[in-house]
Amino acid sequence: MDGDKAFRIGLNLTAFLFILFVGITFLSLIIASGPSIKAFGWKFVISTEWDPTAGKFGALPFLTGTLLTSFLALLMSTPLAFSLALFLGIYSRKGLRFAYILDYAVDLLAGIPSVIYGLWALFFLVPVVRWMEIKMNITPFGVGIFTASLVLAIMIIPYISSISKEMVAMVPQDLLEAGMALGATDWEVVKNIIVPYCLSGFYAGILLGLGRALGETMAVTMVIGNFNGMPKDLFSPGNTMASVIANEFAEAVGDLHLSSLIQIGLWLFLVNVIVNLVGQVIVRKVSIRR
Amino acid sequence: MNRIRGLYLFVSLLAFLGFTSPSFTSNALAKEKELVGAGATFPYPLYSKMFSEYYRVYKVKVNYQAIGSGGGIRQLRAKVVDFGASDAYLSDEELAKFPAPVLHIPITAGAVAISYNLPGNPSLRLTPEVLADIFLGKITRWDDPRIQQINLSTKLPPMKIIVVHRSDGSGTTFIFTDYLSKVSKEWAQRVGKGKAVKWPTGLGGKGNAGVAGLIKQLPGAIGYVELVYCLTNDMPFAAIKNKSGNFVLPSIESVTESANIELPDDMRVSLCDTSAPNGYPISGFTWILVYQDLSQGGLSEEKAQALADLLWWMTHEGQKYTKPLHFSPLSDTAKRKVEALLKKLTFKGKVLLQPESRP
Repeated sequence: MDGDKAFRIGLNLTAFLFILFVGITFLSLIIASGPSIKAFGWKFVISTEWDPTAGKFGALPFLTGTLLTSFLALLMSTPLAFSLALFLGIYSRKGLRFAYILDYAVDLLAGIPSVIYGLWALFFLVPVVRWMEIKMNITPFGVGIFTASLVLAIMIIPYISSISKEMVAMVPQDLLEAGMALGATDWEVVKNIIVPYCLSGFYAGILLGLGRALGETMAVTMVIGNFNGMPKDLFSPGNTMASVIANEFAEAVGDLHLSSLIQIGLWLFLVNVIVNLVGQVIVRKVSIRR
Repeated sequence: MNRIRGLYLFVSLLAFLGFTSPSFTSNALAKEKELVGAGATFPYPLYSKMFSEYYRVYKVKVNYQAIGSGGGIRQLRAKVVDFGASDAYLSDEELAKFPAPVLHIPITAGAVAISYNLPGNPSLRLTPEVLADIFLGKITRWDDPRIQQINLSTKLPPMKIIVVHRSDGSGTTFIFTDYLSKVSKEWAQRVGKGKAVKWPTGLGGKGNAGVAGLIKQLPGAIGYVELVYCLTNDMPFAAIKNKSGNFVLPSIESVTESANIELPDDMRVSLCDTSAPNGYPISGFTWILVYQDLSQGGLSEEKAQALADLLWWMTHEGQKYTKPLHFSPLSDTAKRKVEALLKKLTFKGKVLLQPESRP
């Protein structure tokens, strides 16, 4: 009994510590962004002006950049990640060697440090995008929102696919065989049995990928162009919340600049919370329907 | 190294949150026989060479953390470090925030080079007006007659200009925008000078490496990079027309030359747009910052003496390490002013470097 009690207390304590940690993070972000909140109020999130020399700070360009790159990345990577998950989930249970190698390669992708992605993007993706832009007759920057989304898309594929793959692998064999016995084609089995069964797992995977995309800093900074204004189109340079913090924090001059950067951190925190809450609701709704 | 660095970050975070009194941290450090400094990244290669040589000869350990000028200034103000280092001098407003008077001791001069990526990388000459208009986004093509006019010997390609600047706050940006503010009224009004500014146009790269990477990747790009970085990476750079009308290439000599002008006693001076006839116009000092009365910074008398001796050595004998690392030594005029400044260093009112014992 004593062991049980100690275990329970230990678990409760850890759980409490985590909640405390999140709470303290939130609180210290609010406190440290005080001067900036006082100076700009709500205008901070709707102003597009970011001028450290004039002491004017607005976060809309960065909020836009973060949301734009993250959702674009999601849009590009989701179809790829799902087909990968289906392939791996179905074929690895058939014991196909190629599926194992592919599985390993995808896992490896998740472990590559983001600075390597950034470098690869700078030396490989940027010239490719530049060539595209020359063909499309727009200013050939090579870097920008689109390039950043591309590299993000590749980075989050393993996050979405690995969770989805586990779900696909967990679909009961009976269900699949029953489907086949009723004369369903492969496509019909996927559409009518696997996808509905795995929906909540798919959403969880998307959520995880989105969380990673929202907070990614290094790889994005290297290819987004770091332009502190509203992006004009998908190919123009922009900036994200995480990347402007990484860029300007070390040499921020004055309390207002520093606290404005911290307030961006606060908003990034809030965006993450909102995205996660919405995601939780979706996952719950989907799993109840099943 | 990393652990110590982490510790300082942690301590400065605590100081930032107001959890610690300055006297606690400085007393804890005073027990060790080493000097601690933090600040600018630009002179870091030079400083680490100087400090390791100094340790070899005088057995005084100097621990320097290249965390950036802003961090160095904050840590000096919080008395976490014995000296700070900065690429930009403090404004009167910033100085007023310090608990006691602070001296600026220039150690070396650096320059900002204008690098570019053009087919064949021809040599390029630029006037201040053209440079400002390129960075303002008013000149957008390389074959613009205003650029062609000053580069008659080369045929410039019909390409779009892609402006590249630093995305992180930096002393390099400060020197460059300080220069543009001096030579262009429009720049001074629309953009101004600072470690980070609101760029009218172009792309940002993180650090010298980021800017250099973008320039190399994008044909038609133009950007500004520290001269040291340019020289060690074989990048092309432009000759800039200075105040006397000469087109000057940045070099160790032309940067030193830019400081051969009338200098103020406190050495808080920008060398940009220098009036020296052979000086490269986008240059600047990098400084070590110390409390004038070192006891104010929480140093023991022993450490204060060691720091004063170190600073004298760095600005005299230590200058021989500048050129091999592509840094520019102090000019003679600058050296004389520095000597006068160093003799003002005190500990509880007592002068540390006796005038008669020094040349």
